[in-house]
Amino acid sequence: MDDPAISVRNLVVSYDNRRVLDGINLDVARGETMVLLGGSGSGKSTLLRQIIGLARPESGQVIVNGVDLSTTNQKELKKLHRSMGVAFQNAALFDSLSLEENVALPLRELTRLDESTIRLMTWMKLSVVGLADFRKLTPQELSGGMKKRAAVARALALDPQILVFDEPSAGLDPIVAAELDELILALKKAFNMTVLVVTHEMASAFRIADRMAMLYKGSLIAVGTKEELQNSSHPRIRQFLDRVPDRIFQTASTRETLEHYLEGGLL
Amino acid sequence: MNTSMLDQVGHSTLGYLEYVGGLVIQSGKTIRALPKTLPLFGNWTRWRSAIGQMLAVGVEAIPMVGIMAVCSGFILAMQGASELRRFGALQYVIDLVTIGFTRELGPLLTAIAVSGRSGSAFSAEIGTMVVSEEIDVLRTMGIDPVEFVLAPKFLGALIMLPCLTVVSCACGILAGGAFMRIATGTAFGVYLSGVAHSIVLHDVMVGLVKSLAFAAIIVNVGCLEGLRVRGGPDSVGRSATSAVVKSTFLVILADVGFTTIFYLTGGH
Repeated sequence: MDDPAISVRNLVVSYDNRRVLDGINLDVARGETMVLLGGSGSGKSTLLRQIIGLARPESGQVIVNGVDLSTTNQKELKKLHRSMGVAFQNAALFDSLSLEENVALPLRELTRLDESTIRLMTWMKLSVVGLADFRKLTPQELSGGMKKRAAVARALALDPQILVFDEPSAGLDPIVAAELDELILALKKAFNMTVLVVTHEMASAFRIADRMAMLYKGSLIAVGTKEELQNSSHPRIRQFLDRVPDRIFQTASTRETLEHYLEGGLL
Repeated sequence: MNTSMLDQVGHSTLGYLEYVGGLVIQSGKTIRALPKTLPLFGNWTRWRSAIGQMLAVGVEAIPMVGIMAVCSGFILAMQGASELRRFGALQYVIDLVTIGFTRELGPLLTAIAVSGRSGSAFSAEIGTMVVSEEIDVLRTMGIDPVEFVLAPKFLGALIMLPCLTVVSCACGILAGGAFMRIATGTAFGVYLSGVAHSIVLHDVMVGLVKSLAFAAIIVNVGCLEGLRVRGGPDSVGRSATSAVVKSTFLVILADVGFTTIFYLTGGH
């Protein structure tokens, strides 16, 4: 792949001698929507933190927009962050600020634009996500879906080249989740951004992805198009796609154990 | 067995060194970011935020600091009087209260009150920001959390702690005067002229310098405890408790250091 927007090379991350990411290699092309799939504890949030520059790799490289995050300095990292918008899982809006102030924050902090331009740009970003009429409200007054859309508006504030979503559908009802998927698709079409989405919601992933990567126990077990993943015969991918549980709860065995305990036996 | 004990001692020592190192590094960063919170030189948003902190740390703490100082001034005067009366030296109660408050009790009581009120608040606020990923949001936007969150708190505390110390000294000394009026019938004017005689500018300056150091300790410990929060809401609560315990301990330790230095250099 020529000049990918995001390139991860032999990435290794460990916590307390436990390897969380084990030799990850992944390229995301410019203008592509890559969906990072994986179960709980598979390492997808850790990989995301590496890609958005919140943690430094133990070994290996993470190159975003040509900047190697393992060797870059704070100044370059700040510059890179301006070209990247991140919408976090819990929206992470500042409760003390109104919706408008939340979206205007990066513009006020990082640009020299005058106040009227900032207000206009803020209104435009909020309009894109359908929240312009709610701009005076505080985050506490918004629903879960509105908060997520507000987080997207804030991520869009500086017109980023790369947009990152951490679990966009988590905690949302199917209708609001579907609306958010359509918003991601519309944004990509309108601004031709590179989009990286971390999720475990299969319906959402298949709706928005150009390509998908699947993490399992810290390793990438598949990278490919939607069709390639859909037709994969890899047992873990099949289990994930077909929603097969790892273990079935043995209710009969639980009942016997409880009866034994109630009769004075040990658990 | 011995290896395990050595292991534990080594781990604890490394843990303390890491904490102190973190505190020193963070203090350095906060001091470097301080000019950006000043009006005219810095960013108006930060200055507005610093004013908010001054209200929270300083103005809202006046009743608590005042009441603590009044009670302590009264107690100090009573205890002093009960001993000094035996030597017929009741007039020295005025010196005891005045010097005691300007040099020691004023800054120390204020620091303990602010540590309990604001140290825990700083830690809980920043800890919640960590848990709710707000600190991560700032970093991914390219905004320095030290400049955005910590520096206004630092400036607010640096300005307000000396002010509160003056309030505390005034309340404590006036409470001493009230005791003298009630217990011995000393006229308030006489008491105040005694205070004016025993108060020394050097002592006041020492107290104010101490309060600046205490402000730096309270803010940096509170903020560091908040930034070290990992996990959920229970760790926010733990960090708030830890912030109060550690900052109070470090304030007292710093006070011992200051008093020793001034004692050895003949300042007292």
